[in-house]
Amino acid sequence: MDYALKDHIKEYLKNDIRYDKRKFDEFRETSIETGVVKNAEGSARVRIGETEVIVGVKFELGEPYPDLQDEGTMSVNVELLAMSSPEFEPGPPGIQAIEMARVVDRGIRESKVIDTKKLCIRKGELVWMINIDICTINDAGNLLDASGIGALAALLDAKFPVEKNGKIDYKKKTSKKLGITKQPLPITVIKINDKFIVDPIHEEELVLESRLTVTTTEDGKICALQKGGDLPLSLDDISKMIDIALAKSKEIRKLFKVIK
Amino acid sequence: MSESKLNVSEKEIVVPGEILATGMSYLPSYGTYRQGQNILASRTGLMRIEGKVLKIIPVSGLYLPKRGDVIIGKVVDVNFSGWSVNTNSAYVAMLSIKDASSDFIPKGADLTRFFGIGDYILTKITNVTSQNLVDLTMKGPGLKKLVSGRIVKVNSNKVPRIIGKQGSMVSMIKNSTGCNIIVGQNGLIWVKGSPKDEILAVKAINKIEKESHFSGLTERIKKFIDTYKR
Amino acid sequence: MSYKKRIDGRKFDELRKIEAKVGVIPNADGSAYFKIGDTEAYACVYGPKHLYPKFLQNPTKGVLRCNYNMMPFSGSGDRVRPGPSRRSKEISLVTEKALLPVVNLDDFPNAVVDVFIEFPQTDAGSRCAGICAASMALADAGIVMKDLVAAVSVGKVDDALVVDLNYNEESFEGEVADIPVAVIPSTGEFTLLQMDGIIDKDRLLKALDTAKKVAEKIVKIQREALKNKFEIKGA
Repeated sequence: MDYALKDHIKEYLKNDIRYDKRKFDEFRETSIETGVVKNAEGSARVRIGETEVIVGVKFELGEPYPDLQDEGTMSVNVELLAMSSPEFEPGPPGIQAIEMARVVDRGIRESKVIDTKKLCIRKGELVWMINIDICTINDAGNLLDASGIGALAALLDAKFPVEKNGKIDYKKKTSKKLGITKQPLPITVIKINDKFIVDPIHEEELVLESRLTVTTTEDGKICALQKGGDLPLSLDDISKMIDIALAKSKEIRKLFKVIK
Repeated sequence: MSESKLNVSEKEIVVPGEILATGMSYLPSYGTYRQGQNILASRTGLMRIEGKVLKIIPVSGLYLPKRGDVIIGKVVDVNFSGWSVNTNSAYVAMLSIKDASSDFIPKGADLTRFFGIGDYILTKITNVTSQNLVDLTMKGPGLKKLVSGRIVKVNSNKVPRIIGKQGSMVSMIKNSTGCNIIVGQNGLIWVKGSPKDEILAVKAINKIEKESHFSGLTERIKKFIDTYKR
Repeated sequence: MSYKKRIDGRKFDELRKIEAKVGVIPNADGSAYFKIGDTEAYACVYGPKHLYPKFLQNPTKGVLRCNYNMMPFSGSGDRVRPGPSRRSKEISLVTEKALLPVVNLDDFPNAVVDVFIEFPQTDAGSRCAGICAASMALADAGIVMKDLVAAVSVGKVDDALVVDLNYNEESFEGEVADIPVAVIPSTGEFTLLQMDGIIDKDRLLKALDTAKKVAEKIVKIQREALKNKFEIKGA
């Protein structure tokens, strides 16, 4: 922990000022672009300020799990690429990447946006496997929200490739989409010195006391939660943080209107 | 011998491998080299033509420690003999006990009482070896621990622009934002004032870094600060 | 069967469309983006910085370290499993060797310069695109270099000598030779030379000579992109 930085950021917050002068509940400029990778079945690029991620969806064929004979599979993977921050090292995913991937995964899985039964081709034999890969381009804070936004956008963009005799012809995409009906979005709220902040920059992440990622769908339901940071949260804190996340997700959801 | 020819003009941006001049009457200096009849660039930077001498002022690249430079460093470790200090370069520097204070520090004293891990210090480079081992001192006018305040990082090649002619730029920012500002040669800058003033000073500094080759920069930045304050 | 017209309609010595940009990753000390056809490369430089563990250090000069990686969704076929493969390790190695001859790290003993090359999308010629991007990123990072490096693949599809093969040509059903090369434009020397396929010596030398000429075109685009980042705009 960088105590000097923490004291300084706290001093700002005491004066109700954020380190980069944004409002506490203000996102940096956010943009979503889909169809950015020709070789992926679905893709998106998300920018939040100087933070940037690319998400790609790849379809594969495989056997179903023994206990879910008529369901396809979905998995989320996060690559914190060494090029995107001096703090990331090349190598297998570390705990930060694993946590991010699992939080994004949970939001998509629990909200049941993907009907895995519709991914079944031949029961017990052949199913679609959907891989969502999130690659970081530049880390200027709040990679988790960027990843969640990107994963949803890439899923909305995805089109099935052609399957013939148990093989995929990746050259040919069908016009069939995944049929995404819900829009789970993770919003991370952090707490420093009794103040709640959204879309933290890197410096704020370094000194946060606790954080709560709240994934919600457009009907206001919560479909995933993840508490992080070293300090506890009170019930009152949690209630406030959920309210903030709900309000913010509505705002971010507006950006999705352009995707079709 | 064929005629000499210059391919570039003053203050033009040049990049490695570019042929700057042909012929033997030009002389290669910093950031350039000769290859047969030609003088080529070996750095990305601003072209300077001083008579027949061609040199390049770099616009990017990390700080390389130089003897005599006053820099801002961050204490990263404390050990028996002194402190290890991050210099915002490829090399960590050493501040030994004997150079840390004009007061006598007895053997076995708690060194974190002077400088703890994470502290920023304004310090001077006393020696750089061929292997880039760097020695520091705190003995000298103004050298001190930088308490609270905010650190801004800029490319060290831009430091002269941040300081301005005879310190004109930095004193303008100090006066118009009311912040105390110290510029380290290594590209770290310490800013201290009220939160609002600090943010403004940081914005101004970032703007200078981005627009460092504009002419009339001081006026431009002053205007920026004045508009911002309103 | 002879190859009279290229699959994508290009002239035999014509490059695919190139897009180059410098300074695309704010966190990095130097960065660049290089797109040729449908192959897209990011290159990113961190350093010079201290090198650990110590046994990797060189006390006389800095070390250059390159890392080539395809994003999982970047390939035209199945998903690429994340993490290094034998292929990516070899390409990392030849990329390093392609850049070393122009890079001067004498001022940085015991230090390292890390170059990360990442591909969101590939369609043949990725190692060459990576090298082009990397040399721009190194120049952006202020590294002392005697020149940029321009890389391109040349080769033979049936009887035709071609430049910058795309995926369809690489997998063409006739006799194909794919020769990725990197060139130091100011000296005309080669720093990368590999080949897949079969070719006779005369044709090979002809192909390499063509590569030298094409490298001139590429380096112009690289230099332009670098200048664009630093040039005074609106002053």
